[in-house]
Amino acid sequence: MKIDFLYWRGCPSHPEARELLSEVMGARGIEADVVEREVFSEEEARELAFPGSPTIRVDGRDVDPEGASGRPALNCRIYHLPDGRSSPVPSREQLEEALT
Amino acid sequence: MSVALGTEAPQFDLPGVDGKSHSLDSYAGAEALVLVQSCNHCPYVQAWEDRLSAIARDYEERGVRVVAVNSNDAEHYPEDSFEEMRARAAARGFAFDYLYDEPQAVARELGAERTPEVFVYDRDRRLAYHGAIDDSRDETAVSQQYLRDALDAVLGGEEPAVSETPPVGCTVKWK
Repeated sequence: MKIDFLYWRGCPSHPEARELLSEVMGARGIEADVVEREVFSEEEARELAFPGSPTIRVDGRDVDPEGASGRPALNCRIYHLPDGRSSPVPSREQLEEALT
Repeated sequence: MSVALGTEAPQFDLPGVDGKSHSLDSYAGAEALVLVQSCNHCPYVQAWEDRLSAIARDYEERGVRVVAVNSNDAEHYPEDSFEEMRARAAARGFAFDYLYDEPQAVARELGAERTPEVFVYDRDRRLAYHGAIDDSRDETAVSQQYLRDALDAVLGGEEPAVSETPPVGCTVKWK
């Protein structure tokens, strides 16, 4: 399993998302390399199809496929929680499902 | 860098999503004025916007006016265009005024850095509180009501016990 963790420093959500990812991996006993990559420019965001920070891909598949096709930008990414609220980080359930 | 506590509120005259122009003088009768650097596209703003509407409703009778200002560059962030602002305000039923600062003059004068970022002005329009709405973007985890506490203090003629907190959110999108 390969996990890509893409982030932009201008958004404060990536440390929380990275911690949550580690928690979920630990709880599930998943040992996989997490490749962290910082996105620095709009051009890079376009090249990486980066729809906002953070973006997490498991074996190339976005943990929130619905939001994966968003406009590439240096931005905080919006995750839609099951209860309808917006969040700057994916839910634990989204990460668990993606890591299954 | 943000303005210092005690600084006068910035002058402005901006279009609102209600189709009217709103200036600082429009709110002359308010006991306290809350300016919120805001936008459409930021998940932190979205996470807090219902709480901001609730505060606007809860304090309206006490003479508080809440005004959100979007200064973001809509060319690079089209979700923050005036048209999109009108659509979001209608869809979400905002209880506060929502103004478009296309020249980014208000954001510059405030020294705003984040969305959402709150500036509370007292009856004399001096800055009494600056920072976050409360202490968690997750409404189920809030333990400190910074904005409500600041408004209670200002309306009581006192200085807020906590007058500055770090705003948490997206960056203001400068042109």
